[in-house]
Formats: sequence, structure tokens, C-alpha cells
Amino acid sequence: MESPALEKLESVYTAYRESGGSVVSLLQDIQTEFGYIPQDAVHWMSGRTGIPASRFYGVATFYAQFYLEPRGKNIVTACCGTACHVKGAERVLTRLREELALEPGQETTRDGQFTLEKVACVGACSIAPVVIVNHKVFGKMGPDKVPKILGEYGEQPDE
Amino acid sequence: MVNSRMSKEIVINVCMGTGGIAAGGRDVMDAFIEAFRERGVDGRVEKHCAVHQVGCRGFCARDVLVDVSLDGERTTYQYIQAAMVPRLVEEHVLGGQPVTEWTVGPEYHAFHDRQVKVVLADCGNIDPDRIEEYEGVGGYTALRRILSEMSPGEVIDVVRESGLRGRGGAGFPTGIKWKICADNESEVKYIICNADEGDPGAFMDRSVIEGNPHAVIEGLIIGAYAIGSAHGYVYIRAEYPLAVERLRRALDQARAKGYLGKGIHGSRFDFDIKVKLGAGAFVCGEETALIASIEGERGMPRSKPPFPVFKGLWGKPTVINNVETLANLPVIFRRGAAWYASVGSEKSKGTKVFALTGKIKNTGLIEVPMGISLKEIIYDIGGGIEKDRAFKAVQTGGPSGGCIPSQHIDLSVDYENLIRMGSMMGSGGMVVLDETDCMVNIAKFFLEFTQSESCGKCTPCRFGTRRLLEILTRITRGQGRPDDIERLERMARTIKDSSLCGLGMSAPNPVLSTIRYFRHEYEAHIHEHRCPAGVCRELITYTIDPERCKGCGKCRRHCPVEAIEGQPKAVHVIQQEKCIKCGSCFEVCPEKFSAVLRA
Ligand SMILES: Cc1cc2nc3c(=O)[nH]c(=O)nc-3n(C[C@H](O)[C@H](O)[C@H](O)COP(=O)(O)O)c2cc1C
Ligand code: FES
Repeated sequence: MESPALEKLESVYTAYRESGGSVVSLLQDIQTEFGYIPQDAVHWMSGRTGIPASRFYGVATFYAQFYLEPRGKNIVTACCGTACHVKGAERVLTRLREELALEPGQETTRDGQFTLEKVACVGACSIAPVVIVNHKVFGKMGPDKVPKILGEYGEQPDE
Repeated sequence: MVNSRMSKEIVINVCMGTGGIAAGGRDVMDAFIEAFRERGVDGRVEKHCAVHQVGCRGFCARDVLVDVSLDGERTTYQYIQAAMVPRLVEEHVLGGQPVTEWTVGPEYHAFHDRQVKVVLADCGNIDPDRIEEYEGVGGYTALRRILSEMSPGEVIDVVRESGLRGRGGAGFPTGIKWKICADNESEVKYIICNADEGDPGAFMDRSVIEGNPHAVIEGLIIGAYAIGSAHGYVYIRAEYPLAVERLRRALDQARAKGYLGKGIHGSRFDFDIKVKLGAGAFVCGEETALIASIEGERGMPRSKPPFPVFKGLWGKPTVINNVETLANLPVIFRRGAAWYASVGSEKSKGTKVFALTGKIKNTGLIEVPMGISLKEIIYDIGGGIEKDRAFKAVQTGGPSGGCIPSQHIDLSVDYENLIRMGSMMGSGGMVVLDETDCMVNIAKFFLEFTQSESCGKCTPCRFGTRRLLEILTRITRGQGRPDDIERLERMARTIKDSSLCGLGMSAPNPVLSTIRYFRHEYEAHIHEHRCPAGVCRELITYTIDPERCKGCGKCRRHCPVEAIEGQPKAVHVIQQEKCIKCGSCFEVCPEKFSAVLRA
């Protein structure tokens, strides 16, 4: 691992030791530092804490919040809660997958521009169906609004 | 020119609940601040002028809602966007003339008139980020009085007399839960606020925390005092960033004011609260799974007994209460147990907050007395069904609940009645369905959810939900087998009887209740390969009626797979082999033509 990464891990470990963390809090902190849970980080932490890597993975795969792969630059969140479902969220989701050319099971586009994820109810049921891109909420979505919204993101130059 | 009439107190309240922000609340707020700065309002107004953010106002369908109050005289506006703000400032704030065409109409009042606000009373009226505003409406007075005048036993008696039952789903009497825990000898005890809110169609708990976090904190402190706990937790979803932020700020303020910490307000009672972020698993709302999750492990439930009141977090006696349960407590102590018990039905006291959504005109967060009829909720408060379609059913209790059909619209809503109907209160999601909703599809939707959220510890739930989903899936594809309904019922009963935790025990409810009331829809799918509501993709076809098509070309332009052919002004045709049945054509065909047919 490169030294900046090592430094981050050291500080996560120190916080864990000093404030009595747990497997969940370790993983949360690793993810805050790296944006996902890199395999190397798990093995490093496992060696350092003596907690078997399998326990880290057991926890990481249990909770929806942990990502084992790096995520795209833009996060597209499609609400698939009940209210959005009855207002046609599935058709919006299908269109999103088409526009992003995602294969079944694939979440992040090959160019790393977009990650598509589903969530249950974002608390804006009144404007269902809802899609969130990064932190911006788009309500009353329909399949044909998808291309325009995605067009606002994507090939942006790095900020 | 700003004239002398301007030495008024000007208060602007902008709805900044999740719904309000989604509709552009932040831009509206900025626009007010900008407009005041530009016009120098702040400098010339002698009293103060404030733009406040407030939590959910309930009537989310009309967001962004804005109150303009001049010397306490309040006018409420609906559908406000940033671009409309300059006119509001010019004509109303400066000119004194409300912009009547933008004010809320009679529906707003109808929406509120039937409601009884206990938990939501201050949500949307006070700034959740300022503890002084909560104190200004009587906040923390209950706690102070309890600490100086009441013994823990007396506190528990008041809660028992009030009849308060848990709002997290099961409806267990709160006072009794506390009593059992209080009677338990132990040096260390814990109290946990369950803010995991897993129901995928509900947002009550989040809105309460976003709108009035101090009420939840005060409730938690009262509970801790009653059971003798020095350590509290709030277990809240990480997916609720705004609620987490406001909760953390509120805790800091409560600590600074001495409501948390050592020797609270001169008493000998010590208590503090930690925030634990949930990591996204529905089953973690179940109390034993929640405890495992706080302990930092996979959130797997364990069998009960022992119940958490005997053996909970880190093996110590633990009380777990829902957000809304806790938010009721300060009010119960302020207004008295007898008053609280006078609201509601015989066995269910007080009010219940529901997230009213789906095919209804007025969606939003509502608070109603227990025992109110479904009809009042749907027609008086909700304003009836969207597009005046026919009401079909209402889904309550989320993935653990069921659907109540239109013939039972007079049902009075309380814990017992909902269970009798094969549904349950759950946390308070209420999704209204109309004639265009397919009930098999709804059952399948919930099973998809529970199947993917099943933690896998016990076999009936892990395999059972998967099998149920497989059968439902084939039914919606027109491949159902003649005996599938009986098979579903048989398996559902086995899963209910033999699962380890509430998730599995209640997972079959959506299936059982839809079979109970909408068996004919299942039969139409299985025997006739037909989806009566026109929802199940594999069972519908889209065609264009040559008599009605005027060749406007809208459907052709919107079709994502170029399955529609036709020259301008000539009849268009859908090529069935290319059609992916997305329904775009059906939706965009102008209403005056209505040429796209779904069958
Ligand atoms: C699968 C499952 C999910 C649950 N989710 C929640 C939840 O999101 N919020 C909640 O307060 N209670 C939830 N509960 C109920 C809790 O286990 C517990 O009964 C409740 O928090 C107790 O608080 P109360 O007595 O104040 O209602 C859930 C139960 C089960 C079985
Ligand atoms: S179901 Fe999508 S916002 Fe509530």
C-alpha cells in the first residue's frame, strides 16, 4: 500500500483503539477515508487488530451501506420505495439502466462516470417517483426525463 | 421607499423538511435572504426580521410551503419557487398586501382540520436547530418538573395511565415495558431510540427528528430517568443525513444547556446519549438485531426470550422505543395522562402519524386520533383519489402489513382493527392504491423487499420468502400454475409459524391479505393470463387505435427503442416484436387523442 493510504489506516486504527470501536465502525471509517472498502485495507486492518478478515467481509456484505468496489463519479439513486413503485419507479429504473448501458448486476459504468443504486423511500413520496443525482433531487420522474437529467452530469471536467 | 409601517416583526418560515428541500426549499430561502439584503430590509426594519427553516409542514404535495408572518399575522403560500420570492417581498412584506393567488386554498385547511397534532404540533413551526425555540413552546418543562418533583415510579405510573403504546409496530404498552425494566436490578441499563425506520414507504420518524429533534431527546431522557439508565443511544439510518445532522446539533445544545450530562438540572441523575448510525439493513429495526448492530456486528436477530428488558445491549437490561413513542412523552407530561387517554379509541390511545402517499390528491405527513375511519383519512384529509379514479385499497404496515380493500373503508384505524383485517399498524406507512394498481404486483413488490432483506439466519425466512417470490414472479408473467394460490397460502402459514423473528413472521402478510381480498386478480393472472389492472408487463400489449391516431408523432419520438413507425399526420403503428412495453407511448399520447391502447 502507498504511504498516504497507510497513514489513513493508521489513524482509523488509532481512533478504534482509543474510543473502543467495533467492526462496523472500523468499516465505516475505512469507507469514509477511501470511498469504498479496498481489499488491501481489510487485510491490513485484520493484521493490525487480529480480527479475521472473514469477519470484516461478513459485516461488509451484510449491510447495504458498504461498497467493495470503487464508485462512480456521479451517484444516481433511484427510489424504489412503495410510493415510487406505484407511481412507476420501475420504468424509470429500466430507462436509467438502458441509458447508462449497464449489464444485469453491473452498478458502475465502465468509464467510472456513474454508479446507479436503488434505495427504499427517500422521504419525498409526494413527488414520486424520485431520482437523486449526487445530492440533487428530481421529482415526478418519467422514463423520458432520464436522458436530459443524466446529460447534466457525466463528461464534466474534473473540478 | 420603506415607510413607517415597516417597523414590524417579519418572520418568514420556509419548509425545509426532506420534501421541502426536494422541491427547492433551499433556493427559496436563499432568495428571501438575497431579496432582503438587496432591499435593505434588515437595516430598516426596527424589530427583527428572520428567515427560518422549519421541518416538515405535512402538506408535502404543495411544497415549497412558505409562511409570511407580519407581527404574528400569518399567511401561508404554496408551490413557492425562488423566482416568485421578489414579488412576495415587494407586495406582501413591504407593501402589506398578500399575494392572494399564491396562498393556500381550502384543501390546505381541509387537510389540517381533521388532524390532531401532538407529535407534529411544533414540527414546521419551530426552527429545529435552535433549542430556545423548543423551550419557547414549553419544551423541557416536563423534564424539569419530573426531575424536581417526581420519583421514577411516579413517572412510570403516568405513562401507564396515559395508555401510550409503542409506535414502532407492535403496540406494546410503553409504561409496562418501562416497569419491567425498572424492576430489574442492575447497575447498568440502557435505553435506545429506534430510528431505523425501515418501511420502504414511510418517513414519519425522519420527519419528526428533522422537525423537532428535541422532543425525541426529551422523551428519551424521561425514559432513562424512569428506568434508571445512564446511557442512551439513538440508532438512526445513515441514509438520513439531514436528520442525523439536526439530531447531533440538538444533542450538543441539550448538553450545553445541562439537559444531558452529570447531575442534570441540579438533580442526582446522570445521563447522556450517543448516536449510532445504521448501515442499511431492514432487519436492524428489529430490536435484537438492532442491539447486535450497535455492538458492531452483523445485525442478526436472536430468539426471544430473553427479551431485551432483561438481557439487551451488552447483556444488560435495555428498553427500546420508537421515535414517535418518545416524542409523545413530553406532551403527555405537559398536558396530563388523563387528557392523553381521552384522545383515541378504547384500546389505542392518543394519535398516530401516518405518511399518506400513493394515488391520493393530498399526500404528506398526517397525524390523526386513533380510531379515525379510513374514509376520513382518504377523502377528508387526503382529498380523494388522484385523477378521480376509483379507490381500490390502502396498504398499511409496509412489508409486514397488508392491503385493506375499498369495501372496508369505514374501518376505524387502531392496532386491533388493522390486525383483524390481516394488516397491521406498522410504523405508519399508508399507501393508497387505485384501480390501475395490480395487487399481485404489490405483493411481489413487498416480497422482493423482504426476500432481499432476510438476514438468512433462519431457514423458513431465507428459503420461504424466496419461494414465495418465485411463485409470485411466475404468476405475474402469466406462467402461474393452477394450484399456485393454495401453494402460496400453505407456504405463507409455515413461514409465519416457524420464522425466528418478526421479519419472517410478518413477511407473508402482503401475500395473504391480497389473496384474501383480491383472489380474483390472482385467478385472472393464472387462468386467463390477464392482468386486470394492466400493470404486469408480460401480460399486456400496447396498440394504436387507427381511428383515433392523428399522427402527431409524439409517441414515435418518445419510444426508446424505435418500435413505432409512421409518417407525420398518418396513422402510427407499434411493431410488437420490438416493443419493450415500457408504456412511454401510452403516457405521452395527448389526452384529446388517447389513441394508445393498453390491454
Ligand atoms: C423486521 C422488523 C423491523 C422493524 N423495524 C422497526 C423500525 O424501523 N422502527 C421501529 O421503531 N421499530 C421497528 N420494529 C419494531 C422493534 O422491534 C421494536 O418493537 C420497537 O422499536 C419497540 O419500540 P416501541 O415499543 O416504542 O414501538 C421492527 C420490527 C421488526 C420485526
Ligand atoms: S417511496 Fe420514493 S420517496 Fe418515498
